Amino acid sequence: MATREIAGKTVEVNDEGFMANPTEWNQEIAVAIAAEEGISELTPAHWQVIDFCRKSAASNGSAPTLRAITNGAGVSTKDLFALFPKGPAKKVARISGLGKPEGCV
Amino acid sequence: MADDNRKVAFICSKGNLDMAYPALVMGWAALGNGIDVTIFFTFWGLDMINKERVDHLAIPPVANTSMKMSMMGVPGNLGIPNIMGVLPGMTAFATKLMKDKMADLEVPPVREYLQMLMDAGAKLYACKMSVDMMGLKKEDFIDGVLDIVTAGDFMDMTEGAQIIFI
Repeated sequence: MATREIAGKTVEVNDEGFMANPTEWNQEIAVAIAAEEGISELTPAHWQVIDFCRKSAASNGSAPTLRAITNGAGVSTKDLFALFPKGPAKKVARISGLGKPEGCV
Repeated sequence: MADDNRKVAFICSKGNLDMAYPALVMGWAALGNGIDVTIFFTFWGLDMINKERVDHLAIPPVANTSMKMSMMGVPGNLGIPNIMGVLPGMTAFATKLMKDKMADLEVPPVREYLQMLMDAGAKLYACKMSVDMMGLKKEDFIDGVLDIVTAGDFMDMTEGAQIIFI
């Protein structure tokens, strides 16, 4: 598996650039990946989503779908798309150090 | 990203429950991946955005060779005989089965799904010719449908888009 350095830490990544090992993730990594994705600052609203995704993945084994996020993190669809513009599905997962969400809704 | 300007347009021409979902599922996936989504509702597809109809879309088992008894928990691959499908209540029954299956998968009902898509930035339009043919008005549609447009308008607004007809 490929590795890359993010925020001063070397982590494993898969072919699509998602972190392969969620335990290697930390908040500095999230900030660095967010910047790569065009999100210059992670606000408390962003963290609310990221924290939910981390918890959800820890209990389910995979990144939550967008609908699971809106239902579970207490954030509306509009806000989710505003917080993570142009494709929140992959962006949120990537920033949260998780794989691509599995599921269609 | 490479898909920054990717655009997808769906033409929804069917009003049966099973045919409502493809554009909703794919449209939602597209939006989640940062792809622009436009949906054009025409002919029976107008039922999907008709306030009075959207919550009552149905699936008739008659002449539906893919709908098997297994949906009702009968093992094997038995079809539903058309003669049974014409019995009163069978369409409602099949519709309930399908809605229950969807709910089990946490797939939202059509009205809620459309709202999700609009909240995520999808643009919804009704086809003028169908609207005129059915004697409908903009007020007959759910909130958020942007306009009633001609086929030509649709072609203009979907320049460069991948078009999927359903």
